[in-house]
Amino acid sequence: MTALLSIKDLRTYFFTDDGVVKAVDGVSFSLARGQILGLVGESGSGKSVTGFSLLGLVDPPGRVVGGSIRFDGKDLLTGGEPALRALRGKRIAMIFQDPMMTLNPVLRIDTQMIETVLAHDNVSRTEALKRARDALVMVGISSPDERLQSYPHQFSGGMRQRVAIAIAMLHKPDLIIADEPTTALDVTIQAQILAEVQKLCAETGTALIWITHDLAIVSGLADRLAVMYAGRVVEEGETARVIERPLHPYTKGLIASVPQGKTRGARLQQISGMPPSLRNLPKGCAFRPRCSRADEACLEEPALEEKLPDRKTRCFHPWSLDDARDTRRQAPSKDGMAETTT
Amino acid sequence: MIVYILRRIGQSLVALAAMAILVFIGVYAIGNPVDILINPEANQAEIAATTARLGLDKPLWEQFARFVAHLFQGDLGTSFVYGRPATEIILQRLPATMELALTALVLSLVIGVPLGVYAGLKPDSIGGRSVMAASILGFSLPNFWQGLLMILIFAVLLGWLPAGGRGETVELLGIRVSFLTVDGLRHMILPALNLALFKMSLVIRLTRANTREVCLQEYIKFARAKGLSSTRIVLVHILKNIMIPVVTILGLELGSMIAFAIVTETVFAWPGMGKLLIDSINLLDRPVIVAYLMLTVVIIVTINLIVDLLYSALDPRVRLSQVKS
Amino acid sequence: MSDDAFISGLAPIAAAKPVSIDTPLRRIVRGFFEDRLAVFGLAIFIAIVLVAIFAPLIAPQNPYDLAQLDVLDGGLPPGSASMSGGGIYYLGTDEQGRDMLSAILYGLRISLLVATVSLAFAIVIGVTAGTTAAYFGGKVDSLIMRVVDLQLSFPAILIALILLALWGRGVDKVIIALVIVQWAYYARTVRSSAIVEARKDYIEAAHCLALSHSRIMFHHLLPNCLPPLIVVATVQIAQAIALEATLSFLGAGVPITEPSLGLLIANGYNYLLSGRYWVSLFPGVALVVTIVAINLVGDRLRDVFNPRLQK
Repeated sequence: MTALLSIKDLRTYFFTDDGVVKAVDGVSFSLARGQILGLVGESGSGKSVTGFSLLGLVDPPGRVVGGSIRFDGKDLLTGGEPALRALRGKRIAMIFQDPMMTLNPVLRIDTQMIETVLAHDNVSRTEALKRARDALVMVGISSPDERLQSYPHQFSGGMRQRVAIAIAMLHKPDLIIADEPTTALDVTIQAQILAEVQKLCAETGTALIWITHDLAIVSGLADRLAVMYAGRVVEEGETARVIERPLHPYTKGLIASVPQGKTRGARLQQISGMPPSLRNLPKGCAFRPRCSRADEACLEEPALEEKLPDRKTRCFHPWSLDDARDTRRQAPSKDGMAETTT
Repeated sequence: MIVYILRRIGQSLVALAAMAILVFIGVYAIGNPVDILINPEANQAEIAATTARLGLDKPLWEQFARFVAHLFQGDLGTSFVYGRPATEIILQRLPATMELALTALVLSLVIGVPLGVYAGLKPDSIGGRSVMAASILGFSLPNFWQGLLMILIFAVLLGWLPAGGRGETVELLGIRVSFLTVDGLRHMILPALNLALFKMSLVIRLTRANTREVCLQEYIKFARAKGLSSTRIVLVHILKNIMIPVVTILGLELGSMIAFAIVTETVFAWPGMGKLLIDSINLLDRPVIVAYLMLTVVIIVTINLIVDLLYSALDPRVRLSQVKS
Repeated sequence: MSDDAFISGLAPIAAAKPVSIDTPLRRIVRGFFEDRLAVFGLAIFIAIVLVAIFAPLIAPQNPYDLAQLDVLDGGLPPGSASMSGGGIYYLGTDEQGRDMLSAILYGLRISLLVATVSLAFAIVIGVTAGTTAAYFGGKVDSLIMRVVDLQLSFPAILIALILLALWGRGVDKVIIALVIVQWAYYARTVRSSAIVEARKDYIEAAHCLALSHSRIMFHHLLPNCLPPLIVVATVQIAQAIALEATLSFLGAGVPITEPSLGLLIANGYNYLLSGRYWVSLFPGVALVVTIVAINLVGDRLRDVFNPRLQK
């Protein structure tokens, strides 16, 4: 399996007046062609910045300061802006969180789609318009000709997100980065968009990075999971196996806090404490203050290591096979996991 | 939309009526109209005759009816100095002022928008900071003082450009204009620039603030993620978003441009209606002053009306919200 | 519960309080002084005000006491010594032998006097109108705001100029004209922030206490609308100085017997083309320094008062 994308030890820091914010501080994962990766973490864990770093879209005062990003054999960090721009929208596309904000309010849909075609392919406007129309049909928008002549404000949120997806699909990219694309939508629309994206990726063989804080969404969608905490990937592996047997205490906590049918009536578990401030990370393992398994060893920073075959984690005390058998019923120690009613 | 247009026109008419009443009160009710409307050099018999002719001995409401009737005929009295209808004298000077104001408006856009966009894209660069510093100066220095400095530097010290006057004019569609002759252009550069500087500073600040605001929007990041060139992002995505507020505000400022032309025309001896106003003030030619005021009010109210309607036609969002309401 | 227990229960809170005192005022003052340029502007402005107040003590001559003028000294360039053995004219003289430095100091007095007096009256009228509009809402609000909108749609200079053209020159008349063109800015500013405040719970609470309208308006509502008012007032005082100078320059402002900076510039304007630049230039420099200093302060105030820019 040759990797389409391989990220090693990516570091993106923000140099603010009040000090350096290490938004991304050691992110590694890889992705094969056509694969779907779920990038999961709480707000502020650096998952969106990871996505922007891939495209070279980190705004000052942020900057990628280390690591490597290899896409289809080429290093994206050394290629420079022109090479990145040729890639953006053409081979790597991105879908943003809030569809209300991603389309330019004063430009018509056709303008915004045609310019995307023309940015990379030297074709006539008629041809570009035809492609735009086809893309709209593909994402399930009815009466595309009429829609093309509209302005974004004439669309609902779900429609706009479909348009954004259509724009992302215009060049049949190798990779789409979807940054929480359903968070701002109604639940029913969420499901539609999710199914739509899954179908398109399967049809076109496009790989997908689905950035989300919602483990429930990706668990049914992604082939692989990468869990982020405080700017680092703390666990990576095949989705089913990660869900079944989480290694990192944080992943375990995340899974336990997803309500499920079989836990009805039981108290829902939550991870105690707050995510740490990126300006002022705890020494050693960033999760240490919230972790029930932490000891002195955790004052050192753990590395991302393969603890089981194809299962990487960044933890000195990963849950072993027998520990991990039933994460739900076994109540963890009191100070590590708090309980709450749903 | 039609409801909106009608409502907006109605508002303009109310504004005009209000101003007419205020002017009437100012001239007839508070001041002594005999002083204002009758030539101070007239003798007793002439004063009595004119008082009777103007109906100044009639009750106030009758005078008001008369004032309004004359207003509709465009009759705002006769100039003491020229002995001709005040409206006619002012309209004669109108083209010179309009030429100056429009040139200044274009200048402030053509120079101000690129500078503002630049300062907005690179707010922390030396260039961006200099642009802002210059605009603060342009904003805070009184207009007439900028004009004096220009005369001092370009006319007195360097001798490059004439210090005043309109220069050679040619007739275009029955209106005498300066911008078609070299001499006329040379005469127009300094006054037009002087009049433009203040608005230019306004345009720069407005463009910069809007550019910064728009740059932070998700749709700009999305446009970059689509692989668009930065030229296209700036010229289409950013510019189209900022031009609507900039043009609107500048359109509304055209009215104040005509008022500020009073200052510029006085400094540069530009023979427009602003200079005429100041001359009339010095000569106590009050019918001309009143006529100038009414005419300017009409122009400003009309401009504001047109700009408002254009604005709602330009911005798709406003258009929609009005259809809904 | 006994009183003692009650007090001891409160004690820890009271003891903890002084540690974290950071009033909004202190934060704003600190924020202001972080910007060197603004502090510089403030220092210059204070210096100018002092110089203007004490002009009769500082100025080498009283420029309007004809006995002190010497026609022989007319039109001297800066730095010339007096022909009749007086002092040195650092900024030159005008055609009547008036020391320009003294004329500028006296001119500043008039300029600042007109600006501050008109500012005070405009604020009182504008704030009353704006608070009334916001507090009572409905018809009162729309009536007041219609007038404000109508007035603001016409350039201030036009209104002031016409008023003065009809009234004639005079310091008092200039002040009245400036009040008339300025009050609307304050009314609009106060109204827009007061209308937000008026909906908040503490005003509701004041109503429940059956406080009088004027007490609620001026003791409860107004203090919370001060920040934008202060910012607008700084901008407006610079505007007022510039407007007065412009009016006087155009010959419609202060009378010749009480020349402000604007009138000094106008007097010198006639000599500009003949090369006697100093008669016009130096009063202009004084005017510009004053306005720029105020604007530096105003810009910084706007930043420190703007909650959007605070982290």
